[in-house]
Amino acid sequence: MSGLLFLVRRLGQALLTLLGVILLVFVLFNWVGGDPALILAGKMASAQDLANVRHQLGLDRPLWQQFLDFVGQVLRGDYGESWATHEPVSAIFRSRLGPSLTLLIPMLVLETLVAVAVALLVAALRGSWLDQGVRMVSTVAMSVSLLVYIIVGQYVFAYLWGWFPVKGWSDSVLTNLRVYALLPVLLGLFVSVAPSIRLYRSFILEEIDQDFVRTARAKGLSETRILFVHVLRNAAIPIVTNVLMGLPGLLTGAFLLERFFAIPGIGREIILAVERSDFPLIKAITVYVAMATLAVNLLGDLCYRWLDPRVRLE
Amino acid sequence: MAKIYSLKRSENAWNLALRRLWRDPVGRFSLGVVMGYLVLVGMVLAGWLGARWNDPVAVNYAPPTWCASAANRVTRPAGEAWDRRSVIPLYGWTDPLEPIWSEARAAAQRIQPEPVSYRLTLFFGADKWGRDVGQKVLKGTQTSVWVGLVAAFVATFIGTVLGALAGYYGRWVDDLLNGFYGVLTSIPYLLLVFAVAAVFQQKGVGTLILILGLTGWTGVFRLVRAEYLKHRTREYVLAAGALGASHGRRVWVHILPNVSHVILVQFSQNLVGFIKSEVILSFLGFGVPVSSVSWGSMLNEAQNELILGKWWQLGVTTVAMAIFVTASSLLTDALRDALDPRLNS
Repeated sequence: MSGLLFLVRRLGQALLTLLGVILLVFVLFNWVGGDPALILAGKMASAQDLANVRHQLGLDRPLWQQFLDFVGQVLRGDYGESWATHEPVSAIFRSRLGPSLTLLIPMLVLETLVAVAVALLVAALRGSWLDQGVRMVSTVAMSVSLLVYIIVGQYVFAYLWGWFPVKGWSDSVLTNLRVYALLPVLLGLFVSVAPSIRLYRSFILEEIDQDFVRTARAKGLSETRILFVHVLRNAAIPIVTNVLMGLPGLLTGAFLLERFFAIPGIGREIILAVERSDFPLIKAITVYVAMATLAVNLLGDLCYRWLDPRVRLE
Repeated sequence: MAKIYSLKRSENAWNLALRRLWRDPVGRFSLGVVMGYLVLVGMVLAGWLGARWNDPVAVNYAPPTWCASAANRVTRPAGEAWDRRSVIPLYGWTDPLEPIWSEARAAAQRIQPEPVSYRLTLFFGADKWGRDVGQKVLKGTQTSVWVGLVAAFVATFIGTVLGALAGYYGRWVDDLLNGFYGVLTSIPYLLLVFAVAAVFQQKGVGTLILILGLTGWTGVFRLVRAEYLKHRTREYVLAAGALGASHGRRVWVHILPNVSHVILVQFSQNLVGFIKSEVILSFLGFGVPVSSVSWGSMLNEAQNELILGKWWQLGVTTVAMAIFVTASSLLTDALRDALDPRLNS
């Protein structure tokens, strides 16, 4: 299949899926969610108040018209105002993206580096006590709820020992990175690195048993050269894809960290929105994140085709 | 007549898997632990254990027994909870509210006529309201594991039915269901759970199960669909079709037993995942209502207690959860090995 055709087909698929997401979000919030006027108008509202709110939100119009309205909102990127704060939703989203990325990019980079390094080490020493030990420790470490790590980490390192500020955020990216994001990033790294090590170890082990490794060894190459050049380069394909695919999940995955450390990011905003039944905000964030996921998946597929010539032949 | 041939019935695949699981020490141990928890859950459900988790039996934040002095009980006089130490009489004034207070005191005497004795220490300590953490963790374990179990049943059922239909029938059924799968998986899992939780206005165990079950079936769907795609053209299915078996019979009677090992492993994996999600949801206050208790709501209370140096609720909850989750993860791995038909023993 030619590259262009592939691209067009995948793009079409992604757009169709996005339409599905919009439909799902619409069905959830405009149909399953019941009457938002009951939430908005408060407990003491009269029938006239309710009718007014419904008319204001356009809820008295037929469902198909409301759906077309929502599609229009998505296309224009204008989701109206938040029910709780009356700020425009798109402005909220834009202002919360920065803090989230300040937290997530260092976390993603560090996590990938640490996970690949440890996975290479334990894969090279497969079956040794180190390998067994890392596997045991990561199984047990993964079984403790991440909530506990955050609670205890914040209490011990920030509150008791005072190594970090307990919580807070500033306007300068540099200060944030140096001071406020440090403990959240380290805790996030600690929580998320164990599953990645297990996964990358299996990717590397798959390559270590291949014929080309035996050939390289027969040629007399050193073990380090085989591991770092031959094995790692081949295992890099699934690893890169995995890192890319994990990106949108990280966007929401750090929401607990943002809540605990009072970081004004997207994750904390979602929790607030759910607490306040702020439907427009939840709808907007869900659609935005789904768009990001679809874009990243598309990118991952293209990367895969570009990195691995075997995929192109199929 | 001489016996010409003998047909030996081959061993049942489930027996074989169970025997393999039992031979693996890790599998045996983790199976034991998980079964122990399930028995515990059953006993709490039956009301034999943890039924009094909501009773204030000790003083506030009574420490665990092993780190406190020997004196073990304090008695509070009748109606003490409503008593008030007024500072005003000190200055020789009359308290203008005194008639109201004496009325309240009399009412308190009626409600609590006997002096009540509270424990100063408990084996696992007490929480802010003097409730026994040991009783609470029993009840909390029941709630969390029960939610995980039922939600895993719901998700596995949905995933299996849809996956079987998509994989077996293919064509537009597959396109439609696969498209739905693509839509659900393009929203990160926790965000999806949050969105659904926001839509359901009432809290409760039933709502939690519904949220987790309705959003968590995609993993089962993907694997079951792949298995059905593989199996539908196998000889035994074609033969069943040639003998006149209907599509429904082929899907549910012939193929299903051959993919059931995949479903079982997925069930066990979902169980762990759902329990973790339940803990996060309840922690944030979107899960169980205040009239109930789960690992997540206990962690929520424990967070505030830790700042005061009261670590026992956090410790007990963490250990109870870690043991179950470790055992379930190990059991999932052991099950996968034991059920894998490619491994011959």
